[in-house]
Amino acid sequence: MIRFDDATFTYADTVAPTLRSVDLAIPEGSFALVVGETGAGKSTLLQMVNGLAPRFTGGTLQGRVAVAGRSTADHPPRELADVVGYVGQSPSAGFVADTVEHELAFVMENLGVAPDAMRRRVEDVLDLLGLHEIRNRPLGTLSGGQQQRVAIGSVLAASPGVLVLDEPTSALDPAAAEDVLAALSRLVHDLGVTVLAAEHRLERVVHLADLALLVGADGGVVTGEPGPVLGGSLLAPPVIRLGVANQWTPLPLSVRDARRRAGDASSGRAALRDRLKAAGPSVGRRPRRTAGDVVATVRSVGAGYGPITALKGIDLDLRAGEITALMGRNGSGKSTLLSLLVGLRSPQRGEILVRGHRPSDDPRAVKLVPQDAGTLLFESTVEAECASGDHDAGAPAGTTSEWLDRLVPGVSRGAHPRDLSEGQRLALALAVVLVDDPDVLLLDEPTRGLDHLAKVRLIAALDELAAEGRAIVIATHDVEVVAEVADRAIVLAAGEVVADGSAREVVCQSPVFAPQVAKILSPAEWLTVDEVVAALAVVEQVGRP
Amino acid sequence: MAGAAMRTTNVAVLSMLLASVAFVVASRRSNAPWARSFGSFLKLGAFVVGIRMVIDIIFGIRVGDTLLFTLPSIELPSWAAGVTIGGPVTAEMVAKSFREGFRLAVLLACFGALNSLSSPYRMLRALPAVLYEAGVAVTMAVAFAPEAIAASTRLREARRLRGRVASGPKALRGIAVPLLEDALDRSLLLAASMDVRGYGRQGDLPPARRRMASGALLAGLMAAAVGTYGVLDASAPRYLVLPAIAVAVVLLGLALVWKGARSARTRYRPDRFLGPEWLVAASGAVALGAMLVAGRNDAAALSPSVVPLMWPTVPTLALVAAVAAFIPGVAAPEQPSIEPERSASHPVPDDVTVVDA
Repeated sequence: MIRFDDATFTYADTVAPTLRSVDLAIPEGSFALVVGETGAGKSTLLQMVNGLAPRFTGGTLQGRVAVAGRSTADHPPRELADVVGYVGQSPSAGFVADTVEHELAFVMENLGVAPDAMRRRVEDVLDLLGLHEIRNRPLGTLSGGQQQRVAIGSVLAASPGVLVLDEPTSALDPAAAEDVLAALSRLVHDLGVTVLAAEHRLERVVHLADLALLVGADGGVVTGEPGPVLGGSLLAPPVIRLGVANQWTPLPLSVRDARRRAGDASSGRAALRDRLKAAGPSVGRRPRRTAGDVVATVRSVGAGYGPITALKGIDLDLRAGEITALMGRNGSGKSTLLSLLVGLRSPQRGEILVRGHRPSDDPRAVKLVPQDAGTLLFESTVEAECASGDHDAGAPAGTTSEWLDRLVPGVSRGAHPRDLSEGQRLALALAVVLVDDPDVLLLDEPTRGLDHLAKVRLIAALDELAAEGRAIVIATHDVEVVAEVADRAIVLAAGEVVADGSAREVVCQSPVFAPQVAKILSPAEWLTVDEVVAALAVVEQVGRP
Repeated sequence: MAGAAMRTTNVAVLSMLLASVAFVVASRRSNAPWARSFGSFLKLGAFVVGIRMVIDIIFGIRVGDTLLFTLPSIELPSWAAGVTIGGPVTAEMVAKSFREGFRLAVLLACFGALNSLSSPYRMLRALPAVLYEAGVAVTMAVAFAPEAIAASTRLREARRLRGRVASGPKALRGIAVPLLEDALDRSLLLAASMDVRGYGRQGDLPPARRRMASGALLAGLMAAAVGTYGVLDASAPRYLVLPAIAVAVVLLGLALVWKGARSARTRYRPDRFLGPEWLVAASGAVALGAMLVAGRNDAAALSPSVVPLMWPTVPTLALVAAVAAFIPGVAAPEQPSIEPERSASHPVPDDVTVVDA
């Protein structure tokens, strides 16, 4: 269905090609997953399918790319609208119409579908993607998961044979991601649509994939079954890494496969689950950090927007040296709580004190890195940004720069902040807030858009910052990061705290927020592959004569 | 309505028109996001009146002799002769500048009403196919304003997070530059998204015919602009108006036939133009017509003199215009109401871009 013949793509201002001699043939009706580090060329690969690259992005394409026999060289994206549906990274930026129904009809109006056929087709798409309840809603009022489904529907209405999706679930909470993925799997299995998707959150999609395309840093693309292709990669989700660690073949892709394997005794060894039980309750497990004094108190705090109550009766203590994960679905009040803690808003009821002061009276004690870290950066070079960070904080020249080197060494000082990778930009934003040496550090969705390496760096940095005695709060949907780094987890729902306790207990007991390893090994409370590997090493040492 | 307002500086007439517009908005707007803009337009109007009066009081030409108070005046060098700053302020001046400011404010209110009663996309859908592409561009431009407001709020908050005071030219640069970058990025994404969904497919129209149609369209739109200007501005030469409008109609018609006939685009659930819709359109036309005729018959009543100052009178025909403008409030069909769900009427964003509602 999709063919790349020796396709090489080079952007205008670069020397080395982003993608080099790619040969691909994606058969009809398969779900292909594009995997790679940030900046490796995943989005470029996706955009090449319908010719957005190079027609919109600039650059040169050598070789041939064809969909359903039509070459992108002779067909601009609009002439391919009936065979390829493409949904970009931020679907809301591409909305044209005012309501859901008309957005779905837009592509058919352009293709000249007869009105009565169009009417039927809109109803079909509403049903397929579960959008009938919101059919008349203005697009601006939809939640993230709904927007994503509408965007998929808006290209699906043309009944294209190929659906290309760039990060369809990265910005979504686990439940909304499930909705989108369920819709996708229905399209693949029931309608035989060929899907090509790039996704950072591999743990969410890998079990749906028939094929994996691993885009390497050198621009080469390795294609094959997801297990073997990902098995050797650092990017592999926990389920595959657990399989690799236990030498399971074939490698499990879903939690269900892995649970079966974890219960099987094979090749002369006891089942994984039993061996871990033998290891005892604390062996290998990441210890909870010892928390210090209370630095911030939240007392029966309520807040709202107009008639809407966003938070009601929240009570919390944040302690020095503790990393707290703030979880809950979109709109549950996480961001509102963060903006209250940092003093952007004042609570309507109750009181927030940080080291005995209101946050707005002592703004340097609490710092927030917002969801899009780039909004904190105003200057046109990294160097100027560091200098203005020093200036704002009244710190000696070079302090911000030192922080930046501590977080991510080797960021080019002459680069524009917009040209940095996601991880570097986050580090720079962190550096400019850390200059103030805050007691409380808040991060809103810090791992969004980060690849594996950047996540590892962030986790190490958070660990160090907590060890220095800072209270850290991360609001996140990324359960794997919570598993790696958090001591305490707070779950918000509809503006109330529904769970507050040790991260291990809270996430392992929730079917929605549990990391993959916890799902595989439940009811035992294991969080990460590293914990399991460490415990197994201990067991083997003890077992040896 | 806007057309009617442009033809008068009579405060009483303007007030009546404003009242009609406000009534129509209040009775027929839906609870969609675009429907909340009327209030902002009214505020903008009040602001315009204020600015206009301040500027006129300081820089305005001195007329009349009912002295209210005297501002300290500044002697300007001889090259700026004719420009006065400060000096005596008369009641006539204040009245004149209030009236002109008020006219602009009512005009803004009319646009605000348009904005809050109809989504830009619905207006786009009512356009004939030949104007569709130009229309999409306009819709995008209209949709840009709320985006920009949200983005600038986000940026201001980011500055506060950095502990900066949001004022001064440097702050403006700090907000304007990322805002423009953001807007450019978004427009590229939007263009890509529209292209991907087949927008601008040419179908099987021969290129020569397409070029002719586009030329006719462009020329027709220009003629229409000239004609509209003539209708709105009483001082424009009379002889220009009718020919310009005639040329516009012919050219647009040609473009429509050349291009629209072969257009491969279809319309999903088009809005049907039934009795109430015609009534609304007719009432607008009556309002404008009444004011035009009133202007011809009784120009003095519509632009009452400021020297000597007198209380404005209301000509009968102007009253007709205001009443006509009132009709859509009763006649127009109810807009489908959007269920007032939590997320529908007051979206609570899941990031820190929180605007106090």
